[in-house]
Amino acid sequence: MKVTDIIEKLNLKVIAGAEGLQNKVTGGYTSDLLSDVMGNADEGQVWITLQTHRNVMAVASLKEVAAVIIVKGLEAEESTISQSNNEGIPLLSSDLETFELSGQLYQLLHP
Amino acid sequence: MEFNYEVEGGNFAKAGYAASSVKKVLKELNVDPKIIKRVVVALYEGEVNVVAHAYRGNIKVDIDTERIFIEIKDEGPGIPDINLAMQVGYSTASAMVREMGFGAGMGLPNMKRNADTLDISSSVGKGTVVELTTYLVK
Repeated sequence: MKVTDIIEKLNLKVIAGAEGLQNKVTGGYTSDLLSDVMGNADEGQVWITLQTHRNVMAVASLKEVAAVIIVKGLEAEESTISQSNNEGIPLLSSDLETFELSGQLYQLLHP
Repeated sequence: MEFNYEVEGGNFAKAGYAASSVKKVLKELNVDPKIIKRVVVALYEGEVNVVAHAYRGNIKVDIDTERIFIEIKDEGPGIPDINLAMQVGYSTASAMVREMGFGAGMGLPNMKRNADTLDISSSVGKGTVVELTTYLVK
């Protein structure tokens, strides 16, 4: 499955990082603690979070996640958007809350 | 080869710069991706520690054919009780830092888990030196 498939099926909005829309998705990781993501997320996962600051993209890039989804329609900071574009890692947005979105992504990846 | 990076206390905008640069270098050197991942996690956490707790710091990364040695040296408040600081969940980070999703007390444990050796020496009121070694040849 690719990031574009997830966008379509979960009705996500692309905020930035369109260059990475063909990234392959291998799983998901839900956390708002950056050290938790640093320590435990894997390459190719989609990271679901409510954090909106630019350090999110620094972590996303270091871990080589497939994409980041910001929940609850929260707005990403300008610096987060520009870093997403620089890194080519898609920054996506959902109006859903973390629980619902994680559940839907899980179902999509484990039909 | 040796690389040096300066880290500014309190400047989260640049946190991750050293880790990102070192990652690129290690990729160019064709280091095993598993080793790169571990080094990047450990270095990033070290960088964030300096940003979150110290006034300024210096990171030295020395790479040879056998190992990657990283020294993170800061001028800062120091760590009064290193054993306590090593405990998962223990943190002295500010409310602002915690709100950003840092300061969960996972930094030093993540560093220990992702390096072959970790040595910390600290002097209260002066600063902290963290030394990490990752072996390329087992």
